Amino acid sequence: MLRASTAPDTAELEPPVQATPIRTARQPAGSILYLDGVSVSFDGFKALNNLSLVINKGEMRTIIGPNGAGKTTMMDVITGKTKPDKGDVLFNAEVDLTKLDEAKIANLGIGRKFQKPTVFEHLTVFENLELALKTERGTFATLFFHLTGQQAKRIDEILGVIGLGDRRKEKAGALSHGQKQWLEIGMLLMQEGQLLLLDEPVAGMTDFETETTASLLLEIARDRSIVVVEHDMEFVRALGAKVTVLHEGSVLAEGSIDTVQADHRVIEVYLGR
Amino acid sequence: MLLMSRLASLESRRGWQVFLILLVLTIVLVPVLNLTLPPESPFHVPTYMLSLLGKYLCFALLALSLDLIWGYAGALSLGHGAFFALGGYCMGMYLMRQIGTRGVYGNPDLPDFMVFLNWTELPWYWWGFDQFWFAALMVMAVPALLAYVLGWLAFRSRITGVYFSIITQAMVFALMLAFFRNEMGFGGNNGLTDFKEILGFNIQAQGTRIGLYVASAVVLALGYLISRFIVTSKLGRVLMAIRDAESRVRFLGYSVTNAKLFVFTVSAILAGIAGALYVPQVGIINPSEMSPGNSIEIAVWVAVGGRGTLFGAIIGAFTVNGAKSFFTGAAPEFWLFFLGALFIVCTLFLPQGIVGFAAQMRARIARKATPAPEEVGNAASKHRA
Ligand SMILES: Nc1ncnc2c1ncn2[C@@H]1O[C@H](COP(=O)(O)OP(=O)(O)O)[C@@H](O)[C@H]1O
Ligand SMILES: [Mg+2]
Repeated sequence: MLRASTAPDTAELEPPVQATPIRTARQPAGSILYLDGVSVSFDGFKALNNLSLVINKGEMRTIIGPNGAGKTTMMDVITGKTKPDKGDVLFNAEVDLTKLDEAKIANLGIGRKFQKPTVFEHLTVFENLELALKTERGTFATLFFHLTGQQAKRIDEILGVIGLGDRRKEKAGALSHGQKQWLEIGMLLMQEGQLLLLDEPVAGMTDFETETTASLLLEIARDRSIVVVEHDMEFVRALGAKVTVLHEGSVLAEGSIDTVQADHRVIEVYLGR
Repeated sequence: MLLMSRLASLESRRGWQVFLILLVLTIVLVPVLNLTLPPESPFHVPTYMLSLLGKYLCFALLALSLDLIWGYAGALSLGHGAFFALGGYCMGMYLMRQIGTRGVYGNPDLPDFMVFLNWTELPWYWWGFDQFWFAALMVMAVPALLAYVLGWLAFRSRITGVYFSIITQAMVFALMLAFFRNEMGFGGNNGLTDFKEILGFNIQAQGTRIGLYVASAVVLALGYLISRFIVTSKLGRVLMAIRDAESRVRFLGYSVTNAKLFVFTVSAILAGIAGALYVPQVGIINPSEMSPGNSIEIAVWVAVGGRGTLFGAIIGAFTVNGAKSFFTGAAPEFWLFFLGALFIVCTLFLPQGIVGFAAQMRARIARKATPAPEEVGNAASKHRA
């Protein structure tokens, strides 16, 4: 079985690689995520069309694109939910993700937040985080699991970070939409992944919540790689990361938010709708 | 130390008190009322009543086993009758071998039905069943193996919901047809019956009947505690998470297949043990135990009691079977209508079963007594239907 080859701590030691305006050469070396020529079709419709994308270790990347551009499908491919028809998907420049199932990919250190917030409604906020806690995932290990004081403290810490400390004993189903989004981000943090994929994390949030989320993500981004899919341009601007524009299943443009917004092809795609 | 405190925390203080009181009432009071009081006394428990209660205890264990996989992991098995019957057949085979030369044909090795079929040798799959320990092992191993193989095929292919129910129902139906065939070597239509002795005790004797009854109660109590251990563990929370959002659990790195496979297999073992305790008390096991309707009835017991609570399954098994005994005595032709009506009423008005209804009532009374803003019945009333 494959295990996380690099401990999350090592990522901390490296200085975060800044997004460079120069197009990265299509080489897996040094990348945390490497997609090359990935295509996915549903009944002949190409949701991803020869998509290539490289995310460097420690990088934060935002991905925008009109509805149906293939953003969610791309995340499905990375996390093993959907198998691509063709193309390479490499993690840490060596692990072929197309060969693994969802659980194995998650255990490599890839966490995902879904477009529609999915928390376990009938479990408490605390229990949701406990399930995400990075521990042995085997069935018998889980049956005989005992929460140590240190682990409980870690959960408390994350509860503080996501601002749900006083709701820990409540059922997750009772949370507001925005709070569920945060709980799901908290679960990602508990997993201590090296690569986090967030699908529209601020959808349905108030302006204030959106701002808080942006600073939370910037905070988190210091010691891991993050890919954020988002529509909200204010939010994308607040993150200040390199932007990739997807359109009809492939990359339309890449660069800083200003460059991308000035690109006439991008304007066409967004205004044309 | 850790394990001890873990075991102690299976129940709240109140819960342990209720558990122990019920256990003592069942295993001490009922036999005492049976043995010590004269038959004229209104408090006398006749032996047939004791055996009837023993049968209910087995059904309660069966319902408990279904609740484990349905109420917690969300997979409704409509084939649990198969595990129950297989456990029962394993016990029946042991009991058949104990008959020895006392059968009609007096053959020391072959049960009567085999002599009748002109068989001369005991089939290989009957070997070893003259030993109680072997039969007891098979009572658990055979249902476990079937559940493991079936579960592996179904869960690995991500067969869920109604498709899983249909597959398990088809499985029990196919098994029933197979067991009806004489050539299978399990007594065909008539099944296994005319038992004489269990562990050297006369199976009809009052003492043996009390022993079987007490054994059923003790095993039900143990089965309940084992199930509690599972559902209160982190694995139990993984199972509930699977019930809520199966695919999300995978993205957290848990193997949904293995978790379901584990609980399905444990559930089948409990059902098999229930069947093994049932057979000596009713004196017969035949393929009708595997009729599809029987397996559906188990789900009705759990639904009536309230699923996802464990003790709800026990309450449901007692309630429905108590009603069944009453109706089959008073108005047998109405029983099926009553069962159907009960199921409809429960689905429409008591989606959380008797247990959920009781919790709601308690919350309502508590709210009236003290107009607190907090809702006590929150957990129960919001529990997924
Ligand atoms: N499972 C599926 N079956 C059929 N079509 C799908 C499926 N998933 C996505 N699609 C289609 O693929 C396209 C891309 O979808 P998606 O990746 O969800 O877009 P985005 O997240 O960028 O809005 C859409 O046209 C969508 O209808
Ligand atoms: Mg999407």
